[in-house]
Amino acid sequence: MKKTINLKSFNIVLAAVLVLGILTSGCASDKDSAGQQGADGKEAYKIGAVLEVSGNSSSLGVPERDTLQMLVDNLNAAGGIDGHPVDLTILDCKSDETEAVLAVKTLIEKDVLAVLGCASSGPSMAMINTVQKEKVPMISMAAASSIVEPVSDRHWVFKTAQSDIVTVSNIISYLQEKGLTKVAFLYMNNAYGDGGKKAFTAAAEENNIEVVVEEKFEASDKDMTPQLTRVKASRAQATVVWAIPPSASILTKNYRDLGIAAPLIHSHGVGNQKFIELAGSAADGVILPIGKLTVARQIPDSDPQKTVLQGYIDDFTGKYNNMPDSFGGYAWDAFYLLVNAIEKAGPDRAAVRDALEHTQGFIGISGVFNISPGDHNGLDKESMVMVQVEDGRWKLLD
Amino acid sequence: MSDQLLQLLFTGLTLGSIYALIALALVTTFNLTGVLNLAQGEFVAIGALLAISIYSSGMPMPAAFAITVLLVAVLGGVLERSAIHTARRASGLTLIIITIGLAISLRGLALLAWGTETYSLPAFSGGGPLFIQGAAITPQSLWVFGLVAVTLAGLYAFFELTYWGKAVKASMINRTAARLVGINPNTVSFLAFVTSGALGAAAGIFIAPITMTTYDMGFMLGVKGFVAAIIGGLGNVGGAVLGGLLLGVLESYSAGLISSGSKDAITIIILLAVLLIKPEGIIGSFRQRKI
Repeated sequence: MKKTINLKSFNIVLAAVLVLGILTSGCASDKDSAGQQGADGKEAYKIGAVLEVSGNSSSLGVPERDTLQMLVDNLNAAGGIDGHPVDLTILDCKSDETEAVLAVKTLIEKDVLAVLGCASSGPSMAMINTVQKEKVPMISMAAASSIVEPVSDRHWVFKTAQSDIVTVSNIISYLQEKGLTKVAFLYMNNAYGDGGKKAFTAAAEENNIEVVVEEKFEASDKDMTPQLTRVKASRAQATVVWAIPPSASILTKNYRDLGIAAPLIHSHGVGNQKFIELAGSAADGVILPIGKLTVARQIPDSDPQKTVLQGYIDDFTGKYNNMPDSFGGYAWDAFYLLVNAIEKAGPDRAAVRDALEHTQGFIGISGVFNISPGDHNGLDKESMVMVQVEDGRWKLLD
Repeated sequence: MSDQLLQLLFTGLTLGSIYALIALALVTTFNLTGVLNLAQGEFVAIGALLAISIYSSGMPMPAAFAITVLLVAVLGGVLERSAIHTARRASGLTLIIITIGLAISLRGLALLAWGTETYSLPAFSGGGPLFIQGAAITPQSLWVFGLVAVTLAGLYAFFELTYWGKAVKASMINRTAARLVGINPNTVSFLAFVTSGALGAAAGIFIAPITMTTYDMGFMLGVKGFVAAIIGGLGNVGGAVLGGLLLGVLESYSAGLISSGSKDAITIIILLAVLLIKPEGIIGSFRQRKI
């Protein structure tokens, strides 16, 4: 852990250097382009991002910040968008709804073209009102489908993470395939858990799967044995959990300690290395749907996403010396969806929004996006695969 | 159903032992100095985080444990000398507010040093859980029970069998009289904070494999420890343990049998009930026992 701490302080220094780098390179490329273009030096396009760099959800926000910084550096080094450098401002919302709203207002005052963020559902939901009123396109990287639904009230809002419903349909197919019809459902008591619960109970009812136990727990709970005792006493053939670490890891440990035999299925909220690190050997055997990035090496070469995934992994490991996770992938998608839209539409908020809404066949990290006026997420069930944890690694299930 | 009840009991006792450890440290400091140290939870968090850092730098677990306990004990002493001692003539309320300030500063320092990440420590002994009549109990829970027993025995031996223990008791009963016969209450106050630092760190290390550790875990643990101390009767060492265990078991039963949302509400209702019906706690306060 000392190593990680050193790494952390190293990261802080790195981040500081990067910020300086972005600032100076911004200036530099301005000058460069001015030099190249002669008198008609092209103005920078301003983009804003609101991320959970600190606080409860920082395990999501930090890889997204790192990814965005890397992408904007690469893009500017390659000449920006049609010669316009991109000026990206990242603000920390401290995993807090109020801070997120303040941050997005600050960005809009700075005249950004569009806003990326947040990483988690609560702060993303909080920002919707402001961007709707100010008519600024926003691309969230969080899970809850209510961020982009109903579409009629979410004119300016898009999102890249797979919606709960995509995850749910993968889990339901898995249960049906295995002939499991009675399940226990546990979820954390927040926006993420609630979203999962609503989507899962609706889908389970449609598919004749009976939820025999339903329990919730607080994100700060230290022991879920009381809830799991009910699961153990029930007739459940499988347990589905909607939570993120650390509570998801504690629950997994408790589950193994109680010796419950039914398979344990998690949501994509545990799709980072932190989950395995905290749960230790208890994580082995956990089944979950996840974006393809985590198992990029194991997916067949014929998969349309293969090259994009490999490219992102190479860039990220080259720069930060560790593997990217699916949260960084959501940021990658958000960034390039926006860059594509700006390329097509030019620096105009309404035109960028329209271009976003008609993005078809965009091959990203989280899947192939087909965004339409009726669907501001644009990902289907194929965007995820089922994996199982084996000896602390993710293994693709076929 | 019966093994479900037993399981909830075991879980409750584990949780309760954690609260009891914090309540013990709280009550000891309160007895010795009259100060309610609301930074006690922070000692627990910093102890756990320090031990995790030292352990993962390659030290064996016992060495990491010893070094951490020593360091946090020193931290307790330094805080007493710098913040409590210099304000020793202030009122009790002022001193309590000072400890709140200390708690916030310690939490801030922990945030700077360790960030917002969650850390975990491996369990002390391997092997799976023990099953007693179908109810599981993890080896780490047994370690925590053990620490509560050892701490309780240690405190008892110190107060009843040693010269210093008697001196401390004397200065608890009458500060002026103790000073007249040559016992320095300032030293006693210093020792109390050193002890509560060491005790907090030990508790943090023992519970880290169960609860995992974040920089801000101290606050909630401090609150629960405080409630346990109040239920047991603030100022009573045995009461603190009993209060802690009772609180843990109640939480576990209300989460398991009623609903997990009701857990904290039930805790607070019990606290209010104790304060209304038997404000001296279920065992009675130290002062009354003396009379």
